[in-house]
Amino acid sequence: MADPDILIRARGLTKVFGGSVAVDGIDFELRRGEVFGFLGPNGAGKSSTMRMIGCVSPPSAGELTVLGLDPVRDGPAIRARLGVVPQEDTLDVELTVRENLLVYGRYFGLRRDVIAERTARLLDFVQLADRAGDQVEPLSGGMKRRLTIARSLISEPEILLLDEPTTGLDPQARHVVWDRLYRLKQGGVTLVLTTHYMDEAEQLCDRLVVMDRGRIVAQGTPRDLIAAYSSPEVLELRFPVGEQEQAAEKLADVPADRTEVLADRVLLYSADGEATLAEVRRRGLEPATTLVRRGTLEDVFLRLTGRRLED
Amino acid sequence: MPEPGPRRGPAIRQGWRPPQAAAAGPARLRRIQLRIVPAVLLAARRAGLGGQGSARLIERHARVYRRTWGVLVSGVFEPLFYLLSIGVGLGRLVGTVPGPAGRPVGFASFVAPALLATSAMNGAVLDSTYNVFFRLKYAKLYDAALATPMRADEIALGEIGWALIRGGLYGCAFMAVMLAMGLVHSAWATAAIPVALLIGFAFAGAGMAATTFMTSWQHFEYIMLATMPMFLFSTTFYPLGVYPRAIQIVIECTPLYQGIVLLRGLTLGAVGPGLLASVAYLAVMGAAGLHLAGRRISRLLLR
Ligand SMILES: Nc1ncnc2c1ncn2[C@@H]1O[C@H](COP(=O)(O)OP(=O)(O)O)[C@@H](O)[C@H]1O
Ligand SMILES: [Mg+2]
Repeated sequence: MADPDILIRARGLTKVFGGSVAVDGIDFELRRGEVFGFLGPNGAGKSSTMRMIGCVSPPSAGELTVLGLDPVRDGPAIRARLGVVPQEDTLDVELTVRENLLVYGRYFGLRRDVIAERTARLLDFVQLADRAGDQVEPLSGGMKRRLTIARSLISEPEILLLDEPTTGLDPQARHVVWDRLYRLKQGGVTLVLTTHYMDEAEQLCDRLVVMDRGRIVAQGTPRDLIAAYSSPEVLELRFPVGEQEQAAEKLADVPADRTEVLADRVLLYSADGEATLAEVRRRGLEPATTLVRRGTLEDVFLRLTGRRLED
Repeated sequence: MPEPGPRRGPAIRQGWRPPQAAAAGPARLRRIQLRIVPAVLLAARRAGLGGQGSARLIERHARVYRRTWGVLVSGVFEPLFYLLSIGVGLGRLVGTVPGPAGRPVGFASFVAPALLATSAMNGAVLDSTYNVFFRLKYAKLYDAALATPMRADEIALGEIGWALIRGGLYGCAFMAVMLAMGLVHSAWATAAIPVALLIGFAFAGAGMAATTFMTSWQHFEYIMLATMPMFLFSTTFYPLGVYPRAIQIVIECTPLYQGIVLLRGLTLGAVGPGLLASVAYLAVMGAAGLHLAGRRISRLLLR
């Protein structure tokens, strides 16, 4: 009956807390070997969805199948085959870096020699080999995140769940994490990640759903989504304070697919940004700054919800 | 790719042996036992008893305490200091008190089993309340463990198991001192360590269940409010006979009193079938606490 390459299947999946609906009847499928993303702003319901997949939160309604099993009935059996990087690190601060992997591996029932061999490999992989004997608390945010990733891999999971893997990290630390995740992807590991960073989603995800207020508002590959809901290029214009409103009126008849007026800038969607900029200048407008860039998932989100991803 | 998942069933089935008493006893008893024992084992298995997850949590605690073994050892001394100051020191002035069945016993011999019971209570309560609260609310230890195949009831059982291991160590040390000081008067005292563990089980279960309802450190005052008077008034230092009957009944209802009666009976050699009621009291208290704690942890964390 079931396609063995569909690892997770959700139909009408719903999570209600008290009276409020966190996840509002979503449908999606995860295929073996892909990197699948949930992109959405804070409060969209991403973590709630991830916790249901991770069998630590029973669905309120709908169907959910993970690795062909029922999360409510077979939670421990499913969790034995998942790796989880939760939104908040849950590292064991009473243990060293190496012991964190050892103890976590033991929770999975792995043998010590198996864990020792994997620990050496994983600490190398996340570039923490030289910190193996150190306590966890003094590690930087990025290091803790990498250690959590290493810990989640100790059981060689079939699916790795990453809830906001780089939130709160500085740009350099984020790039290190991205690089590691990219390598996992290259190695064929099936990843599910949530993020509110459009660049993260665009770089890592093969396929993603855009989530807002508990619902899925669009899904597809990053490229398809951008093609469908944005334009190949976007012209960003900033005007001196107070002049934007007048300028926006004059921009109304500039030929573009669409125009978005934000608080601090105006976006013009078109196939050719430079040509659009020439049209703007022809109308005697002189923006303080101009930028021609590719369309991104941020534009997709803006188009779909009228709001920005990060506030 | 991954290791095969943890297997719980076979380990229990292999470990199970039909009790010998069943073969020797009357046929009716044997039939009842054969019916009851597997049912109990099945229920235990369903409740996660024997779950390997519990053992792995205990393993984790042992690893942590390996580095801070001083903290572990310090717990041996508190009941010893009480024994020396009150049992021996004060005992010089007191002489003898009426023991079980009114027989006079030396004060130190009277107080020592009560201090053993109290230390079993205090150790279990400390581990199952403060430490569990920290792990539950701050260290997120159980959140991490629940992302693995471990179950909430295995966590509860593991915590109680750890409290008992620790309590067992203290109990053994205290019993050794009692022996050396000549405060043990019966061979029944060999059962004192298992009974101290039973007391620990009762209080660890209840303490852990209570902890799952706590929302702030202030709530631990209530635990002190329960254990401190029990320590002082549950016939630790003088016999029940000094109270009027109404108070006696209240005291008799406390779990620490039940534990003290048990241990005192064993070390002084006053053993009768009445002690089984105390055993049942403590066993039910521990089992109910364990069950409730497991359900509460899953209610709190698996939302
Ligand atoms: N345990 C909880 N109890 C009550 N409400 C919750 C709980 N977890 C999440 N929510 C609510 O559900 C909504 C979705 O939250 P969440 O899934 O964390 O979103 P995201 O991860 O996308 O930021 C939010 O409104 C949040 O306040
Ligand atoms: Mg979240």
